[in-house]
Amino acid sequence: MDSAARKLTETVAPSPATENPLSAPEPVPAQLKTGWVWRWLALHRSQLRTLAIGAVSLALFLLAWHLLTKYRVTAHVRFVNVPSPEMVFDSLTRVARDNKFLSHVFLSCRRIFIGFAIAATVAVPLGLVMGRFRLVREIVFPVSEVLRPIPAIAWVPMSIMLWPSNEESIIFITYLGSFFPILLNTLHGIAMVDPVLIRAAQCLGAREASIFRDVYFPATLPHVFTGLTVGMGVAWVSLIAAEMISGQFGIGYFTWEAYSLVQYADIALGMICIGVLGLGSSALIRGLGRVVMPWAKT
Amino acid sequence: MNVTSAAPVQQGKVTVKDFGLSYDTLEGAVEAVHDASIHVDPGEFVSIIGPSGCGKSTLLNAVAGFLKPTRGEVAVDGDPVAGPSADRGMVFQQYSLFPWKTVRENVEFGLKMKGMERSKRETSARTLLGLAGLLAFENQYPENLSGGMKQRVGIIRALATGPKVLLLDEPFGSLDAQTRLIMQQILTNMWQRLKTSVLFVTHDIDEAIFLSDRVYCMTARPGTIKAEIAIPLGRPRQQSMMMSSEFLALRRGLMSLIREESLKAIGGEVNDIALQGLDIELHGRTLADVI
Repeated sequence: MDSAARKLTETVAPSPATENPLSAPEPVPAQLKTGWVWRWLALHRSQLRTLAIGAVSLALFLLAWHLLTKYRVTAHVRFVNVPSPEMVFDSLTRVARDNKFLSHVFLSCRRIFIGFAIAATVAVPLGLVMGRFRLVREIVFPVSEVLRPIPAIAWVPMSIMLWPSNEESIIFITYLGSFFPILLNTLHGIAMVDPVLIRAAQCLGAREASIFRDVYFPATLPHVFTGLTVGMGVAWVSLIAAEMISGQFGIGYFTWEAYSLVQYADIALGMICIGVLGLGSSALIRGLGRVVMPWAKT
Repeated sequence: MNVTSAAPVQQGKVTVKDFGLSYDTLEGAVEAVHDASIHVDPGEFVSIIGPSGCGKSTLLNAVAGFLKPTRGEVAVDGDPVAGPSADRGMVFQQYSLFPWKTVRENVEFGLKMKGMERSKRETSARTLLGLAGLLAFENQYPENLSGGMKQRVGIIRALATGPKVLLLDEPFGSLDAQTRLIMQQILTNMWQRLKTSVLFVTHDIDEAIFLSDRVYCMTARPGTIKAEIAIPLGRPRQQSMMMSSEFLALRRGLMSLIREESLKAIGGEVNDIALQGLDIELHGRTLADVI
């Protein structure tokens, strides 16, 4: 390399660093540069704001609930029998020490885990294979399109007939609910793979197997995780429906039973519990996505 | 250079003979390239320029092995091209780095495909990254790199396996003018060291002259080779040469060649009066420069 050229490369090499969003810190007002804590707060201002507003919003929701039930508001919608937040909290402290309630929660989680895990291990590879091999896609797609619009809850009677045990039929319903979102997103993801990446890999000597492993698979992963997140949501919807109809255990059954037994506080408790479990499982999948795909900003 | 297991200089002869390529459409076969013959001698830097849609990328893709010629033959060192392979490294206009691999893993990819063991390919990749001034970014993901840096990684990734020929398809087309000049300088410097044969496609006349030993000029669709111009400028080349009278004379010559073709290429859509008006506005620049 001649000297003029070296000068060129040297002057240019460090300059793009300023374009690098990771190494460029957000501008911090001068008076805040006093300590690490302040800097941290300043850098995370936007997240903290979201957090604070979220907390206020939840508090307002609780307050509205409290007022509506305390004064037993009746304006076409009737809050007469609706339990107050205090009652639900009492219920919670009572059942938290109750093994029966915890086993309901545990059983639901187990059903979700098994149904979802089977759905993911079937749907992701199937989607990848369908995306790569046209014949497989042409054979499987029509069947999948006919079955897909059937809501999982409509499968309950059929499922009870199909499977020897109640537990299996509920897991099957959960599996069905999450299967299609995962399959469709995987298919979509593999169709979206940038063809130039395939060509780049071929020019670097990659054969079909390594192209599949090193290009198609990682390129599809972000869509797979979208599918898993959606699939997890639908899995809960399906599970609760199935438990309410045919269960003898589980958080969906608990909620329905509370209604039959006129224990109104437990209805709300069951609902909130379902909400928190759904939220938690989605968060788990997002967290897993971050670990598996450190390159993707989510 | 020990990194690229340097291909002996006598390797890397590209021969394209009577190449033709047509597409089938409802209206019949459309000819994209017609009877094009070019060659790249071992270690030579050859460019193809021409107006948009003249089939210069088609020609390059055929050398890469992505397209099969309808007529004629494409061969590297006498072996007919049967499909893409690591013998012919390619750099694309779109940044084609794998987003899920770090910069170093991207550069290592071709060596991994060759079955080289981890520690060896890591050393090779780091040497090349150092050469391109990117060692500090080896563990970054491509997303965090600027366009020029991404393309530098693309070039060394293609060179890492020690290909016989390096194919570049308007690699600096989406970079800003300043970065483009610097990239051209870096590319000539790297080529000067490695002496890999290069086939470079561009629509930028200055770029073609500055980089090449020879330039092929293509006609509007169906693309044929209109002229072959030797670039007798000395090496090593520096940006300051672009002001020399020799350079400017070459530029004028190529420009008038390209100008006719560019007018032909867009002539179907623009009427003559509009073109004359445009001509005055251009102050001597060609339509190819503007479009």
